[in-house]
Amino acid sequence: MQLRLMYFARLREAIGRSQETVQVPPAVTNLGQLRAWLVARGDPWEQAFARVQPVRIALDQVVSGDETPLHGDAEVAFFPPVTGG
Amino acid sequence: MAEGAPAAVLVRVQEADFDPGREIEALRGRSTGAVVSFVGIAREFSDAFAVERITLEHYPGMTERCLEDIGRRALARWNLLAVHIIHRHGELLPGDRIVLVATASTHRDAAFEACRYVVDFLKTEAPFWKREAGQGGARWVEAKQSDDQARERWRDPSAPG
Repeated sequence: MQLRLMYFARLREAIGRSQETVQVPPAVTNLGQLRAWLVARGDPWEQAFARVQPVRIALDQVVSGDETPLHGDAEVAFFPPVTGG
Repeated sequence: MAEGAPAAVLVRVQEADFDPGREIEALRGRSTGAVVSFVGIAREFSDAFAVERITLEHYPGMTERCLEDIGRRALARWNLLAVHIIHRHGELLPGDRIVLVATASTHRDAAFEACRYVVDFLKTEAPFWKREAGQGGARWVEAKQSDDQARERWRDPSAPG
């Protein structure tokens, strides 16, 4: 399954890129598993997710929980709590 | 706003500054009884950190969608004529305007309450991140627990509003 990943703010800096396209194995079916798979890739993801906590996840531009199922060509964004206004 | 126009949510996310007077005037009309506005401004001091400039990062697409959703929820909750939200991104200096929320209604209570509701949810849901830079270096602004508490107030059915 192909996914488009986006990173923002402190997490974008820690990972060193703002977006990437990834092919995930069939075992990765929800958002929590996707994050675990990224961390298992090693650095910079492993260090970034260890350093930046908590991290929110948006699936197709809607903030969603770890159990939310993924679908092909989804846009998944990872970011720290928001600080606008 | 035009007479008889349907209740509307207007969202603009832009680098450019805005003119609060003009935006508020745009909501005046023969059936408008009240316009309430909030203008958020970049502060010179954040805790003890002297801020020289601020960079506001956002998530294009999700930002607009999120602000429109908050505006629509306000329309569903109060009897409003309009909700206008303008939020800037990019490079800002202390004293610069960051955000405008303006609500219009027939009677004042709806506009007052809805304006605060929109600001409280915008602070905790809209995907913006502030980075402050000054003599002491640069740092990402931390999310405040008090902002979460301000939002939670609206979830309590016994709370006013």
